[in-house]
Amino acid sequence: MTVTFFTLIVCSISALAGFLGALTGLGGGVIVVPALTLALGVDMKYAIGASLVSVIATSSGAAAAYVREGFSNIRIGMFLEIATTIGAVVGAYIAGHVSTHILAIIFGLVLIQSAYQSVARGALESVLPVASDRLGKLLRLGGSYPVRGVEKEYGVCNVPAGFGLMFGAGALSGLLGIGSGAVKVIAMDRAMRIPFKVSTTTSNFMIGVTAAASAGVYLSRGYIEPRIAMPVMLGVLAGAFAGSKVLVHARVRTLRIVFAVVIFALAVEMILNGVMGRV
Amino acid sequence: MDDNRLENVIGNLLRTGVLIAAAVVFTGGVAYLFQHHHEYVHYQTFVPGGDNVRTVAGIVHSAFHLNSAGIIQLGLLLLIATPVARVVMAIAGFALERDRLYVVVSTIVLAVLLFSLMHAT
Repeated sequence: MTVTFFTLIVCSISALAGFLGALTGLGGGVIVVPALTLALGVDMKYAIGASLVSVIATSSGAAAAYVREGFSNIRIGMFLEIATTIGAVVGAYIAGHVSTHILAIIFGLVLIQSAYQSVARGALESVLPVASDRLGKLLRLGGSYPVRGVEKEYGVCNVPAGFGLMFGAGALSGLLGIGSGAVKVIAMDRAMRIPFKVSTTTSNFMIGVTAAASAGVYLSRGYIEPRIAMPVMLGVLAGAFAGSKVLVHARVRTLRIVFAVVIFALAVEMILNGVMGRV
Repeated sequence: MDDNRLENVIGNLLRTGVLIAAAVVFTGGVAYLFQHHHEYVHYQTFVPGGDNVRTVAGIVHSAFHLNSAGIIQLGLLLLIATPVARVVMAIAGFALERDRLYVVVSTIVLAVLLFSLMHAT
């Protein structure tokens, strides 16, 4: 494969991944890594390195838009980033010591979970705001967010459980070069009882910092190969930007189901290839 | 400065950082395609590159010698620095709010980020 062809095809796939990732809230990494490894035969270490870079770009690029909407909570984000960044460093260390077969299998399992969660998320949105428990109060994690133009107060519970889950989310991010937004949302929404809108936007805000925590380790190991990361980063960024523009008009529900089916298929392919030692 | 203003400032800083990084990566990418478009790629087996793509000093050195891969990698380094700058801004913001608890929280996050980046020095 020539440099021109490789760069163009990777850029196109990444743009599509970024576009769909922005529309469905699953991020581009879940498509980029399987596409690079399965379709183009790129070593998984290069793929997760390039994906991690694109994750930082989309999270940071979208932050300004999320902040304007007034949903994200900087205190919750910053406090939980202690857990996600430490997890990310640990995950990045582990990534260097396990074979890519194992990485591919874990990646597949995480993909299946994300696909399921993106379809079943209607169940999450019904959670009602609660009052903060003792630790939530002590850390002043509660806040307010706009509901149909009216500011509504919410509290934060089960901080230790959320913190633990966030460590896991960070470790997966460092291990697989993805944003692991799905696990972050579970930690905040399910465990800590934070309203869904606040959870998703705060999670997006946190993804960039979490990914930056594994980036140093990735860089020193040579996982971030400039010639592969370049088309991935530019493609995903352009796609995500376009995705955020059409988000308002799109029929997201149908799209999310289609995307979930695609991800599920990629997950099965990833696991099979990992089991047979082809990745 | 309240939390909302702080988040707005940080959000805009992040977007600016990403745009600058993307511009640098794009410039390096154009130069790379111009010089190497006819070559073949071999990414099936992982081979860690040299210091010129793996350490901060190596990357900066390589980029300033106008090596195309070095310029791309410098752009990626700027991208990685953006969230780090975000945490630094948060520390400053919480300090202005006289919120000692969250100055400490943000400083711990910054320490973890710097620990990771130290690997690449």
